[in-house]
Parts: sequence; structure tokens; C-alpha cells
Amino acid sequence: MSVLYVVVPLALVIVAIALAGYLWAVRSGQMDDLETPGIRVILDDE
Amino acid sequence: MTATLSAPLAGEPFTETPCAHCGLPVSALFSDERAQFCCTACATAFVMLQTHGLGAYHHFAERRTAPVAPSRRGFADFDHAAFHARYVQIAADGTAQIELALEGVHCASCVWLIERVPLLVPGTISAVLDVRQSRATVRWDAGATTLSTIASTLDALGYTPHPYRGGEQAALRRREDRAMLVRIGVAGAIATNVMLVAFALYSGELNSMDPATISLFRWISCGLTIPALVWPGRVFFVSALAALRARRVHMDVPIALALGAGAVRGTINTVTGVGPIYFDGVCALVFLLLVGRFLQARGQRAALDATEQLFALTPMTARLVNADGGEQHVPTDAVPEGALIVVHAGESVPTDGTVVAGRSAVNRAILTGESKEVTVGIDDRVYAGTLNCTAALRIRVTASGDDSRLARILAQVSDSARHRAPVVLLADRLAARVVVGVLVLAVVTYLLWVQRAPQSAWDNTIALLIVTCPCALALATPLAMSAAVGRAARAGIFVKGGEALESFSRPGWLVLDKTGTLTRGETTLVAWRGDEWTKRLILALEVTSSHPIAAGFQRAWGDMVPAPVASATHTIGGGVAGTVEPHHVVVGSPRFVRSLLPNAVIPAWPEADGYTAVIIAVDGAVAAQAAFGDAIREDAAESLAALRRRGWRTVLLSGDTVQSSMRVGIALGFAPDDIIADASPEQKAEHVRALVSASRATATPPCVAMVGDGVNDTAAIAAATVGIGVHGGAEASLSTADVAFTRPGLGALVALDAGAQGVMRVIRRNIAWAFTYNAIGIVLAMTGHISPLIAAIMMPASSLTVVLASWLGTSFRTEAR
Repeated sequence: MSVLYVVVPLALVIVAIALAGYLWAVRSGQMDDLETPGIRVILDDE
Repeated sequence: MTATLSAPLAGEPFTETPCAHCGLPVSALFSDERAQFCCTACATAFVMLQTHGLGAYHHFAERRTAPVAPSRRGFADFDHAAFHARYVQIAADGTAQIELALEGVHCASCVWLIERVPLLVPGTISAVLDVRQSRATVRWDAGATTLSTIASTLDALGYTPHPYRGGEQAALRRREDRAMLVRIGVAGAIATNVMLVAFALYSGELNSMDPATISLFRWISCGLTIPALVWPGRVFFVSALAALRARRVHMDVPIALALGAGAVRGTINTVTGVGPIYFDGVCALVFLLLVGRFLQARGQRAALDATEQLFALTPMTARLVNADGGEQHVPTDAVPEGALIVVHAGESVPTDGTVVAGRSAVNRAILTGESKEVTVGIDDRVYAGTLNCTAALRIRVTASGDDSRLARILAQVSDSARHRAPVVLLADRLAARVVVGVLVLAVVTYLLWVQRAPQSAWDNTIALLIVTCPCALALATPLAMSAAVGRAARAGIFVKGGEALESFSRPGWLVLDKTGTLTRGETTLVAWRGDEWTKRLILALEVTSSHPIAAGFQRAWGDMVPAPVASATHTIGGGVAGTVEPHHVVVGSPRFVRSLLPNAVIPAWPEADGYTAVIIAVDGAVAAQAAFGDAIREDAAESLAALRRRGWRTVLLSGDTVQSSMRVGIALGFAPDDIIADASPEQKAEHVRALVSASRATATPPCVAMVGDGVNDTAAIAAATVGIGVHGGAEASLSTADVAFTRPGLGALVALDAGAQGVMRVIRRNIAWAFTYNAIGIVLAMTGHISPLIAAIMMPASSLTVVLASWLGTSFRTEAR
């Protein structure tokens, strides 16, 4: 089962990358207003 | 007003055509060749949009369903240097930016329209709206346009702008919000991965996993859990320590204890390689509790925002009259007492003062709640925030800025909000007992086992601490509340903060304002005595006026065709006289009619007592009489009866006269002792405060709810345990209220009462579930039957039960469409 010593840390690294992405999104203000951007997209000029 | 309209068109038949701008059915009073409108404001907005190529707005399925209600106040003060210094930021490239709080923002079409303001006002660079907060960030080129132009355009579209004052707090709150989301994200990522590893370990136990792999997984769990505790989980330890230092216990104490004990024992067992590790349970706890806390904080924040959003209700600048007679704009705060200022028609009065020259109608609704305009002349007092409607007034200033009556009332509002006694939630009251119980049981467990099997005494004690962790108890309230608040919003009831729901579930005193709350707040024709043929003549004169009485006639007889009018003269505070061929018609107050026709005989009419009398004279003789009053809302009697059956004691608290308050109060079944009339805004707040302090004397204080609509109710709303603003109320009172109705009528009050009781049922059921799980857990732990697997199943199971029960709760469900 020595493959676990590679695969599990690798999985954790992937989690860390995803988490870093989320933290970047929060800190750059993308979670501040969850309502308006959604409306803005569907109401674009016809 | 727009010049492109050919309104009113005499002889146009009444149709069911909806208003082309707001979609309400209209009589054909205002129309142009393309469309019909319910009012000139809608027509103005329609023409403005069409001429700027924004006609697409009128194709949206979902758009505002109320007539445009512009404030029509002048926005000249928005261009003043003092205003800019306070609210406007200038960017490096010379563009200016401001954050504006907007009234009347509802839905998707508002976003579309507001963000297209740059097309309506050249020189505006961008307008970005946040729907939830009703705030727009506007950038413009200071050389190409002025802020007042942008502001009056927004106003004409029905979004009256106010400078937003809470900029600093908003930034602070945004930082807190982001920090919370970061913690939830980290805790969630760690919890799910520790859980995955735990699944591997549990299944490995059944299938004889190789010891090296077991050891690897245990170390990985340990390595993941420690950061989860020192980063996102730190908040619980900090809060528990703070509570202990203040010699109090709350829910965070047993939570911190369980987290700490589990983590320490787990780490020791990881190092020694034997015994259970509790990391999966610990991480799941941190994550779930943070989510619960986030939901709770979001609710509370909506309530906190309120007082900051109290809009600037007085203009920022005043027109000071110089010694040489010239006018000069000065900041309102800098106007000295005794100075002379001038207020033109259509402007808000900037300071308190005494009229020294001029005569005009003033709308004092902001202070009295009465929408009727009052005529003021020399030596009459006027107050800051009231609207000067018809002619210029010169005013000797008696108080300005923070000393004005309006500012003092609003100061009371934020004062009450600050000093409001916190609501102790049911779950928090129980938590203190839970803490003591758990600690006692832990000691008992240890003592029991230390004699019989010393090696498992610690394990069983820690198992007990972990399974009795009040996780479900901590989640019970926030989850049930936020689910109910969401459903209530869909039912037209906007609740800020779950505490209001818990308070409202204990019926006590229900204090109601009269005008605009129990009544419709608009002048309605309530009695009529006269011939049918005179109605067309009256209507002919009244369609030329925008006075409330004229509007009342038009509403009452909207389906009638007015006769063509030859001439009409309006007298402020009197009435209208004119020629409708072949008759000379006078419509107005008894005094006005007598002054024009000294010989006319006005017959007595007892039924009209307590109402505003209007006399109609045709060709010099009285031909008809009409009485105007404020009609009671259709659902008021029924709703009040239902609330009284549920245990509420209703009190009528009005700023109106004794006579009309009694009339409405008795009709709606108020006890005569519970009708308080002639109350100033300050007295209203005082009454409510007295009731609140009387109710405090009991162990579980009954709720004192204040229901109102105007700025004059704002201080009372803030002083009540639960303040409620009704649909159509002033923005200031709605933002102060804990509960705001977004649907008309008082039926929402009954729904709120039923919903609040429903939420409390769900919460009690949640707490009962949590206790059941805990009781089972305690028995198993004390008898030594808790294995790590059982602990791992029981903890999420109790939380999941609570989540499901909250989600399936039926509060407000029947109301939601």
C-alpha cells in the first residue's frame, strides 16, 4: 500500500490549492454581494 | 412635471388599461398619444426612458408595481462644497465618486435601470448597484455634470437618493464578513478531509488494515485537526475564556471544553498509537458551529445596520439671507440661531424656526404623521425636515443641526437602539444549565471508573464530554430562525434578526399608530350629500389640482367624465373657484365658501363631525356637501380581533386629535382607556418606554410591539421590544424597525404572530431532539459503551436532525406563495 504515501499527500495538496482559490475569491470581494451580479448577467441589453 | 403630456383630457373614457410605467390600472386622467399613466410622475419617468432609448425597461416582466413617488425636493445641496467634503471622494484621474443609499429598490429591473443612469445623464461614468443593501456607487466626471443632476434623475425615476453615512462601519463589517467566510472555508475543507480519512480508518478496523497505514491516517488526521483548531476554531476558545473571565458561562464553554479535551486526548493517543482519536468529530463540530454562528451574525447585522441608515432627512445646506438681501448657500450645521433664511417652494425646511415673512402650505407628515398640509404664516413655527409646498418662506432660525427637533428625535432612535436590553434566547438560557450538568456528570463518570478500571476512566470521561457537546443546541436557534426569516420574506414580512421573532412569540402589548397604520393614510371621501349632476362639475375643477382633497375626489369618482372647465383659481388653505359652463362653481372649506359667498346658507350636517368638511356651491347657493377622512384599512378590524384572541392587548397611540382617534379606536374595538391621542413623537416614545419597563418586571417579559409608519413613530419603534414598520411607511421608520412589512394591510401582523409561535415550536422541538441524543450519549458514555464509531455517528446525526427539522419547519409556510 506504499502508493498511499504519494496519493494522500497529493490529494491534500489539491485541497490546499482549491482552498487557496476560495480564500482569494473571498478576499478580493467576490462573496460580498451575491445577489446583484446574478441579476446583472440576465438583464444585459437585448 | 412634463410638458409633453396633453393631460388631463376631458371626455376621455375610463379604461382598464394599466399605467404604461408602473402597471397599475388607471383612469384616463393622464395620457399621451402612446400610453396612459396613473400619475404625472410615472408619465415623466416613461417619457424620460423612451427618449433615451431605454424603452426596454417597460418589457421586463418583473418591475416596480407602485407608482413612481419622487420626493421632488431640490438637490442643490448635493453640489455644495460642504457636502462634497463629507461624502464625495475624488479619484486621481479627477473623477468623483459617492455612495448613495436609494429608496424604493426592489427587484431585477431596478438594477438594469439604475446602472443605465450614465445613458440618462451624460457625464456620469458608472453606477453600480448593490440590490440587497439598496446602495449605489456612482462615479461621474465633475467637469461634465453635477451630482444634483444625477440625484434628481434618480429621484424622478422613483429612487430618492440619500448620501450614505455608514461608510466606515460598512467597511469594518465587510472585513468581519470576509474573515468569517475564510474561517468557514478552512474549517469545511479540513472537516471533509478528516472525515474521509476517518471513513478509511473505520472500515479498516473491520477489515484488519495494516498497522503502518493506520498510523499514517491517524497522523494525517492529527496534522489536519491542529490547524483547524488554532485557526478557525480559535474563536470558541477566545469566547469561552472571555466568558469565564467575566464569571459567566455560556454555550462556548462546554464547546471549548469538548474541543480541547478531544484534541488533547486524540493527540496523545496518536503519539502512543493506541486508543480512539476524536479528530473527525472535533473538525465537524468546528465547521457546523461556525456555519450556525455565521447565520446568526447575518441576522443580527441586518438589525444593526438599521440606525446607521437613518437618512439625512434635512437638506445639507440652507439659503442664508445676507444683510444686503442676497442669498448665500451655507452648510445647515453652520447656520447660527437668530439668522434669517429663505426656503423656496418645493424645498425641505433645513432648520427649526419662526416664519417672519410669507405664507405657504407645509407638509409636516415627517413629525405628525398627518399627510394633510398645514397653512403657516407669520409667527408660526416650522420644523426642520418638513416640506414647504407652495410659496417661499422667510424663517428666523431657532435651532439647527443637532439641536433641531427632528435631529433630537433621531438621536433618541439611535440611543434606544444602543441601550436596548439584549434578548436572552431560549437556547442560551438553557446553555448555562447544560454546562453545569455536563461538568458534574464528567466528574461523576471519572470517579465511577477510576475505582473499577483506571485505564479507561479518562477515555470514558472524554467520550462523555464529546457526545454531550451542545452542538445541536447551538445550531437549533440560528438554523430555525434563518429558515423562518427566509420564508417570512417571501410572505411579505421582512424580519431583521431572529431575536425579534423570539420576542414576538410572547404576546403582550401591541401598540399601533393610527394614520397610515390602521387607516390608509390618504384622504378619502367618506360621506356625500348632494345631487348627482354636481359631481361632474366638482370633478372638472378638482382635476386641475394636486391637493389631497382633489386627489380624494378623483379616486372616489374616477370612473366619471369631468365636464370641460373654462377657468379655475386655487386658494391655498381654502379651495378652488371657477367656471364650468354655464355655472360658477366653488369647492372648498366652509370658511372659504363663506368668504366668497357671504349670503350662502350652509346646512348643519352632524354625520360629518370629526371629518374635513367640503362645501360645494353652484351659482351662489350651496348645492352639495362632502366629508373627507382617512378610511380604516379593510382588514384592520379582523386582524386586530384575531390578535386579541391570541392574547395581545392592543393600544392605539396617535398624534391625531382626540376626536378622530376615538372614532377610529372605538370602531376597531379598542378599550377607551387604551386610546391615547394627541401624542407628540417624543410622547409616543415615552409611552412605549413605560410599557417596556413595566413588562421587564416579569421573568419572561411579554413583548411590547410598536407598529407604525411615519418618521414620527420612529423613536417609539426604536424604544419597543419589537418595532414594526408597515408597508408604505417612511424609509426612516422602516429601517429602524425590527420587522418591516412589504405587503399592504395588517394581515401581515397576524401572520407574524403565527409565524413567531411556529418558529418557537420548531426551536423547542430542536432542543428536545438535542437533549434526547445527549441523554442517550450520557448513558452510553457513563456505562463505557461509547466507541469512537458510535461517537462519530451520533454527533453528526444529532446535528442533521436539527438541520432537517428546521428546514421542514412550517412557520410562515402557509403564507408564502
